[in-house]
Amino acid sequence: MAVTSIMIVGVGGQGTLLASKILGSVAVTQGYDVKMSEVHGMAQRGGSVVTYVRYGDKVHSPIISPGEADIVLAFEELEAMRWASFCKKGGTLIVNTQRIDPMPVVTGAKKYPSETVEQLSKSEDIRLIPVDALSLAKEAGTVKAVNVVLIGVLAKSSGIDKDVWIQAVKDNVPERFRDMNIKAFELGYNA
Amino acid sequence: MKEIMLGNEGVARGVYEAGVRVASAYPGTPSTEITETIAKYDEIYSEWAPNEKVAMEVAIGAAIAGARSFTAMKHVGLNVSADPLFTASYTGINGGMVVAVADDPGMHSSQNEQDSRHYARAAKVPMLEPSDSQEAKDFTVLAYELSEKFDVPVMIRLHTRVSHSRSLVEICDRKEAPLKEYTKDCGKYVMMPGMARMRHVVVEERQKALQEYAESSELNVVEMNDTKIGIICSGICYQYAKEALPNASFLKLGMIYPLPPKKIAEFAKSVNELYIIEELDPFIETFVQSLGIKAIGKERFSVLGEYSAEKIAEAILGKKTETADISLKEELPGRPPVMCPGCPHRGLFYVLKKLRLTVSGDIGCYTLGALPPLDSMDACVCMGASIGMALGMEKARGKDFARKLVAVIGDSTFIHSGITGLIDVVYNKGTSTVIILDNSITGMTGHQHNPSTGFTIKNEPTKQVDLVQLCKAIGVDRVKVVDPFDIAEMEKTIKEELAAEEPSVIISQRPCALLKSVRYTGKVVVDQDVCTGCKMCMRIGCPAIGCKDGKITIDHTQCNGCGLCLKVCKFNAMKKVGE
Ligand SMILES: Cc1ncc(C[n+]2csc(CCOP(=O)(O)OP(=O)(O)O)c2C)c(N)n1
Repeated sequence: MAVTSIMIVGVGGQGTLLASKILGSVAVTQGYDVKMSEVHGMAQRGGSVVTYVRYGDKVHSPIISPGEADIVLAFEELEAMRWASFCKKGGTLIVNTQRIDPMPVVTGAKKYPSETVEQLSKSEDIRLIPVDALSLAKEAGTVKAVNVVLIGVLAKSSGIDKDVWIQAVKDNVPERFRDMNIKAFELGYNA
Repeated sequence: MKEIMLGNEGVARGVYEAGVRVASAYPGTPSTEITETIAKYDEIYSEWAPNEKVAMEVAIGAAIAGARSFTAMKHVGLNVSADPLFTASYTGINGGMVVAVADDPGMHSSQNEQDSRHYARAAKVPMLEPSDSQEAKDFTVLAYELSEKFDVPVMIRLHTRVSHSRSLVEICDRKEAPLKEYTKDCGKYVMMPGMARMRHVVVEERQKALQEYAESSELNVVEMNDTKIGIICSGICYQYAKEALPNASFLKLGMIYPLPPKKIAEFAKSVNELYIIEELDPFIETFVQSLGIKAIGKERFSVLGEYSAEKIAEAILGKKTETADISLKEELPGRPPVMCPGCPHRGLFYVLKKLRLTVSGDIGCYTLGALPPLDSMDACVCMGASIGMALGMEKARGKDFARKLVAVIGDSTFIHSGITGLIDVVYNKGTSTVIILDNSITGMTGHQHNPSTGFTIKNEPTKQVDLVQLCKAIGVDRVKVVDPFDIAEMEKTIKEELAAEEPSVIISQRPCALLKSVRYTGKVVVDQDVCTGCKMCMRIGCPAIGCKDGKITIDHTQCNGCGLCLKVCKFNAMKKVGE
């Protein structure tokens, strides 16, 4: 299989690393060669974070260049705008419709862009899927499950069997939060 | 069995499989997870050392004593530990010794972009460079064989995109490496001029043997394809180039020091156009050109930052990737990292800003205090530099300047290399005020214990350095401990200590909000009838506090109820609920 390239972007602290871990383990169980590149350290402190996941018969580069991503999974609106052009023509952009003001906006030095989703939906080159993952996570029982809700949305677009995803969620979250996370996944999958 | 692993975990697995007995390191992104992973293996003694120099020395001692040993660090850590390394190159080892060093092109988490390959040449030690997690493991195991065969510490050069990328690794069993016999050998291990002169001869002989090895080593692989374009590269650049030009011919160097002149010349002859693709400095290129071989390198590629498959395709083939057309109306605001909600450093920096002090800074989470709205750092160079630099500022501009000058330094950084700076202040009659930000952990690199936390890498309790006693013992008479969330007390103390014409230390003490032992409860809410929208609370730069239509809002997905904002609101508009 040709290489599939997926980017997970968001704000440090939103749990993007767990999402990429789940995605990575799904790709491994499918027997693919897998490479993923993560951000640790500085940017994790509330900065803009991006994780690259690539799988296929043979993967060389662990990172994705602009115009190469099949799917960009954005945990936040501003980050969706920042990374949208990494989508290939015909790629998919999944956006969690949540806004987290970056410090330059908080201090008043910059403005948060208006009509984020509207602007993105004007592009004919991408398929835009907006989701209110925060509300769905609350419905599942915790705001912390935003990442697993979004994995649910991604799973739907992936063409990989749902049960494989559910198993990967189970393998990657602590036992006591399992049911809550499965619920979050289902809510995302059916969103 | 195959497992998906970080490159760093691959190195750790290699250390395990190679039968290593002793590992010592100091954390530093992107190298930290190597040692964190090693700490999970009970067969290996592992530790966090106070700094990279000590870690290197522990590894050298263990190797001389006959064990296979290991140390790891980020690129700048190699500067700190270079002194022992350069002479360990002369003494050689007994049990095998490997030094992993992780470079950070693009500076994802670093203060500079130095190229550690120069160290291999300068110290005359071999250096291997893996390009993925499997190689990270395999090269590490092989490095131990080379180390013992050539009697030399061997370096493994890593890279953010190798260290922090995950890929599949074939797992093997550990092969115990029994302790080698230890015999006293003054001529080999005591480096005084007479002995060192003899050892330098050995080093030069070894250089020749290593170069011979490089010519025939399985680490340097030729992949002949279309001969129009030939590429010499190593590490992650191989992966990028392979993706950009799958049909080109490659000389992939797994060993980047010493380089193999014959192999390079042969490869150059077999291709029409030769490219050298390496990030940062023209290390391979300079060598190739010294052989009189024409190659295209830095004339086409930058010495700045990271490469990618796309950049390589563009530079060689002039090919641009088409991207989805997204036209945005406005310029997007950036999202720099910020101190976490509940961060103890925030209280201190709020006061520093209020007092408009000159702040000689250091490296750690608190360096984020340099950014708006806290805006309170004047300089930051390297770990431990804040105190010496503050003394230098005072000696340059006089005591009056020192009345508005503080040095700030984290607990781990103070132990790493701040203590000697403070001794200089005392010894040479400085009057600076030094603030140690003691958050009970090494925060920036993701929560490692250090000598001031009272726990080892394996979470076992141990003696804890008493920072107050330590400062007193080196001659600081004025030492105070203050909670940075007690803003009034902190302001008063800083003013007092600045006024004192003698060295003083303030220990700003409150644990990191992300520690499991820290449990803030409840959330902050704003009484909108009372809030005047004066935005005083926004001056602390908390990411949970925002402002909509002139009114303050709290983002409850971020607020952890630390309550610092309550202390800066003059109108008592903020309340804690749900405690
Ligand atoms: C020589 C060197 N080694 C390691 C690092 C990586 N590093 C940056 S900050 C830091 C530790 C900071 O800990 P501390 O001083 O306790 O401050 P905190 O982050 O907890 O506020 C480390 C290890 C570095 N920059 N330079």
